[in-house]
Amino acid sequence: MRLHEYQSKQLFSKYGIPIPRGRVVSSADEARQVADELGGRVVVKAQVLVGGRGKAGGIRLAKTPEEVENHARQILDMSIKGLAVHKLLVDEGINIAKEIYLGVTNDRAVRLPVVLASSEGGMDIEEVARRTPEKIIRTYVDPLLGLREYQIRDIAVAIDLPKDYWRVFMGIARGLWSLYVECDATLAEINPLVITKEEQVVALDGKVIIDDNALFRHVDLAEMRDLSAENPAEVEARKYGLSYVKLAGKIGCLVNGAGLAMATLDLIKLCGGEPANFLDIGGGACAEKVTAALRIILSDPDVAAILINIFGGITRCDEVARGIVGALSEVKAKPPMVIRLVGTNAEEGRQLLADAHLVTAETLEEAAEKAVELAAGGC
Amino acid sequence: MSILVNQKTRLLVQGITGREGLFHAEQMILAKTNVVAGVTPGRGGEWVLDGKVPVFDSVKMAAEVTGANTSIVFVPARFAPDAIYEAADAGIPLIVCITEGIPVQDIIRVRSYLDRKGIRLIGPNSPGIITPGEAKVGIIPANIAQPGNIGVISRSGTLTYEVLYSLKKAGLGTSTCVGIGGDEIVGSDFIDMLRLFEADPHTEKIILIGEIGGDDEERAATFIAKSVTKPVVAFIAGQTAPPGKRMGHAGAIIEGRSGSASDKISALQAAGVRIAEHPEAVLHLL
Repeated sequence: MRLHEYQSKQLFSKYGIPIPRGRVVSSADEARQVADELGGRVVVKAQVLVGGRGKAGGIRLAKTPEEVENHARQILDMSIKGLAVHKLLVDEGINIAKEIYLGVTNDRAVRLPVVLASSEGGMDIEEVARRTPEKIIRTYVDPLLGLREYQIRDIAVAIDLPKDYWRVFMGIARGLWSLYVECDATLAEINPLVITKEEQVVALDGKVIIDDNALFRHVDLAEMRDLSAENPAEVEARKYGLSYVKLAGKIGCLVNGAGLAMATLDLIKLCGGEPANFLDIGGGACAEKVTAALRIILSDPDVAAILINIFGGITRCDEVARGIVGALSEVKAKPPMVIRLVGTNAEEGRQLLADAHLVTAETLEEAAEKAVELAAGGC
Repeated sequence: MSILVNQKTRLLVQGITGREGLFHAEQMILAKTNVVAGVTPGRGGEWVLDGKVPVFDSVKMAAEVTGANTSIVFVPARFAPDAIYEAADAGIPLIVCITEGIPVQDIIRVRSYLDRKGIRLIGPNSPGIITPGEAKVGIIPANIAQPGNIGVISRSGTLTYEVLYSLKKAGLGTSTCVGIGGDEIVGSDFIDMLRLFEADPHTEKIILIGEIGGDDEERAATFIAKSVTKPVVAFIAGQTAPPGKRMGHAGAIIEGRSGSASDKISALQAAGVRIAEHPEAVLHLL
């Protein structure tokens, strides 16, 4: 679960990491009010969950309250990479002397937490990583010991941080590490961490991603989820424990298991079709869950044909068949569909489908070919 | 012959009185596995599955009494890390974790602890291990595989079943099939399993089933080029997945260019691995 900038900064502040003065607002009037309170220059920042806000014009400096109001109005009317802007962060203006990068994440290959730091923070950090990887300092952390003081000092030296700033940098790094551990973050990054012309250190921008699997022990963080930034069908799917991703094609897919679901999409493309979605019903799904899944696919107007591929292990094919028949009894107009059931209780499942006059397939390849044919015939 | 599990496996089931644990304990017994004990704290002294399997309050007690040498974890995600630590501290050398949805930092700590003790973890979010005809430690349906000389390693569950089933239909068999788990960070990786299959005299060919995300397949390719003499065939799921989209498995997300199917396929091809276009096509390359 990715957090907005303002939410990330609230966490920074909670962990003792200094942030600019500012507030999140949802109207131009409020923005002006905050600017009045702050006085002086402010920056107005769109709160959307995509990268490249600055380059899209979603971050603007303003010198007067009038300017703030104008910028705020314009940004609230914008859509950035397809996402509407509902909230703005109005922060005090900062005189930047130097930009540092500091982040903590999991390194999949090494299977350890890693602290990343660079003396060249800012918008182009990915470019820095690509062109001059030696400027990104990687420090692996023993997960049973945590980040040690000496490691933070080593990082400070490696990024050429003047000694005057070591003490405050140690506090910030310790705070970021604690945030990463205590909030079950998969990413906690400050970019840039700014040294101001007034010799203060401030987290100007940041990004925190929380491990979805850990939300059960972070009720407060789970409440931060911004549903307005997500596809409504994907939100609906999550309610039922389904994993759904909307795609651009016409063939709706319902599969058990993420790997098999991806392989099914691949095979549809290989046969010349385009999948309308990824949908994994998970292991051991009951009839109700299958009905909910099929309902989501049926409500997608782009879907011209449906492919259902179930390899029963924990999942029982007769349960799936019951769910399919249940969902179909609810709708009048239904796109043509191909169903393939293999494994646990497949015989019983196929009988249920035969009774309901539904098309079945033997192999995965045959199923994909039929679905592509049906989708082409439907247009 | 086989890797990891065989007739000598003495299996302990953690979470044996739960719905999944009990159902699969029975399935594992039907697949000839020597299930010697179950553990559910608070239920010690009971017997399950028609009095065939004794239940203990702790792994330590179960291991002492029954000589269990392998444990399988069916415990819910929030309690699973503790169950794994318990098995490790009781000295069980092989732990298989079926549970999905365990927080990644928990697994990083678990793995780090187990590495220090030299204990092998398979999973989490794994369908387990099957050596057809000898033992099954997990949830892979036993009737879709038969004994043979092909070793199978996979990050996926049902996709693996698909491959095993198509092998069986073609009259081919499996030495051992290991599901290493679909999560971002797991206990054992492709390289660990490739090393075991390379050393197993009864495995003649190896199938590797990967998917988008991470660089496990790329690192496996490097290892294959250097240290695997047996022929390897692979299938990579997610070849058409759009970048930046999360496809269910915690592991299956492409961020930018790294982790894409095409990168994995070219790395594997450069190591002499033949790539199947779809899961049922794997057997034509063997």
